[in-house]
Amino acid sequence: MLSQEKLIFEKSRKGRVGVSLPRCDVPGAPSTLLPESFRRSEDPSLPEVSEVDVVRHFTNLSQLNFGVDEGFYPLGSCTMKYNPKLNENAARLSGFSNIHPLQAEKTVQGALKLMYDLSTMLCEITGMAGMTLQPAAGAHGELTGVFLIKAYHRRNGDEGTRTKIIVPDSAHGTNPATASVAGYDVVEVASNDRGNVDIEALKAVVGEDTAGMMLTNPNTLGLFEKDILEIAEIVHGAGGLLYYDGANANAILGKIRPGDMGFDVLHLNLHKTFSTPHGGGGPGSGPVGVSRRLLPFLPTPVVVEKGDGYSLDFDLPDSIGKVRSFYGNFGVLVRAYAYIMSMGAEGLLSASENAVLNANYIMKRLEGEFDIPFSDVPCKHEFVISGEKQHAENGVSTLDMAKRLIDHGVHPPTIYFPLIVHEAMMVEPTETEGKETLDRFVDAMIEIAKEAKEKPEIFHDAPYTTVVSRLDETRAARKPVLRWTEDKG
Amino acid sequence: MAEIKAGLKYTKEHEWIKVEGEKGYVGISDYAQNAMGDIVFVELPEVGQDVSAGGDLCVVESVKGANDVYSPASGKIAEVNEDLEDSPEKINEDPYGSWIALVELSDLSELDGLMNEEAYRSYCEGLE
Repeated sequence: MLSQEKLIFEKSRKGRVGVSLPRCDVPGAPSTLLPESFRRSEDPSLPEVSEVDVVRHFTNLSQLNFGVDEGFYPLGSCTMKYNPKLNENAARLSGFSNIHPLQAEKTVQGALKLMYDLSTMLCEITGMAGMTLQPAAGAHGELTGVFLIKAYHRRNGDEGTRTKIIVPDSAHGTNPATASVAGYDVVEVASNDRGNVDIEALKAVVGEDTAGMMLTNPNTLGLFEKDILEIAEIVHGAGGLLYYDGANANAILGKIRPGDMGFDVLHLNLHKTFSTPHGGGGPGSGPVGVSRRLLPFLPTPVVVEKGDGYSLDFDLPDSIGKVRSFYGNFGVLVRAYAYIMSMGAEGLLSASENAVLNANYIMKRLEGEFDIPFSDVPCKHEFVISGEKQHAENGVSTLDMAKRLIDHGVHPPTIYFPLIVHEAMMVEPTETEGKETLDRFVDAMIEIAKEAKEKPEIFHDAPYTTVVSRLDETRAARKPVLRWTEDKG
Repeated sequence: MAEIKAGLKYTKEHEWIKVEGEKGYVGISDYAQNAMGDIVFVELPEVGQDVSAGGDLCVVESVKGANDVYSPASGKIAEVNEDLEDSPEKINEDPYGSWIALVELSDLSELDGLMNEEAYRSYCEGLE
């Protein structure tokens, strides 16, 4: 039976000890060895607990967690695919985990080769000419990519006139945020009634002030932008560059390459598409790839291969500079490399095909119970349900249904995004789930639709099976209590 | 159909303003609170802050996300409704009774560009 766990500090009992430290074998008293300014004036307030207390505490806490190793996690737009344990083995190899970024290059040739090969493979997968592995997350990759676009316009002498970045209204929120942080004005283009970029609306907004356009393909509705070549032509024709938001790349591996669609710059989320763990805030990795004309601006350093091995090249005069300390989240790079090497080209292609198949299977099975906009065409890796029907008929919102899913043993999907679908619920099963899991999820959703009709009143207090039910998420975000402090009262 | 109150002026972004002399109480409409869902936080503006017609007034957060609220008219914030700090849900319960800010209006002619009750009703019907 799960119960709310007390803090380890609250379990502390004065004088209880769980470790036995050896006697200090350095001659002389600490007061003679350390300068005054480095010495504590009072003992640190550490919890005083026995070993079994600690083991139980953290074991119990771990059971309150929900992760992809426990159950299904169809988080739309976030590709919560299973993380193969082989990746973890690779990342723990001493030659990768016990090195330091300031070591001499000749002593870390294996790590440099991994970075070089990973860049090469990611370029091949995406159809790009060069890649930086520095960015630590998707949004960080976006910012890096938009800075590269800016550097390109600066060199052409029209940085001052090209002040606008175009984003579709179905875009991830990070796209307009990134453009804005990079100093651009954001121009939104509406989607047409098929959930795709409205070509005429796009033509109407491009011009000499266009720096570029940011696009996700397939888009956040899980629909492929079939007009992508025309979109690229329109943006390029106006002198702008095209940015590919790689959050949805899991739908296209081995099928089509952003480079071939006409994209000039992109980011990939290794923590989504390439199976490295994410959630809990990271660590992520958002490598950025560029077409040939943006190569000179890549962040420094880049790994280069010379006849006698690999080295870091800092000599890029037009570089936008560093975007992160050292070389990126290296442990994440190792996991992505292990994934690509173990899957191979055919494996990656089949991952995308199965991700798309799984999404379409769920969509078709749920069609009768929920409003699903655009379900008349096949979706890609994800699709969006609208809870409008349940909301209007039974007063049960998408938030309520998401909370109720927890009682059915499923982590809720993304809700209220994309903004262009009312009461949205965004489902992305990924390729790693078998038919039985998909069926369990569909059955739970059908049950929830039935509950909404027959006993809508139960939704308000869902979930019932968790240690805590509905939390004050706003206060948690606005006034978080992040650490325990001793009550000296 | 959302409730629309007589005697107020409305914007296309679903704010209302209730003019009293040189000042106007500003809030969001029943349509807006319904579209936002459960409101959980109101980030009130500062008293003394200048606002412009169509410019940012404050942010209202609901379970769905954060929404910008725009000022229907230009002026200076004379007062804010501090009740909303602890009870943001009042906007859901009584959108026309829960004003967010009182604005000292700098240009009364701006109000002519806003919708009256009838115009706002047909505007909302067009959105259905």
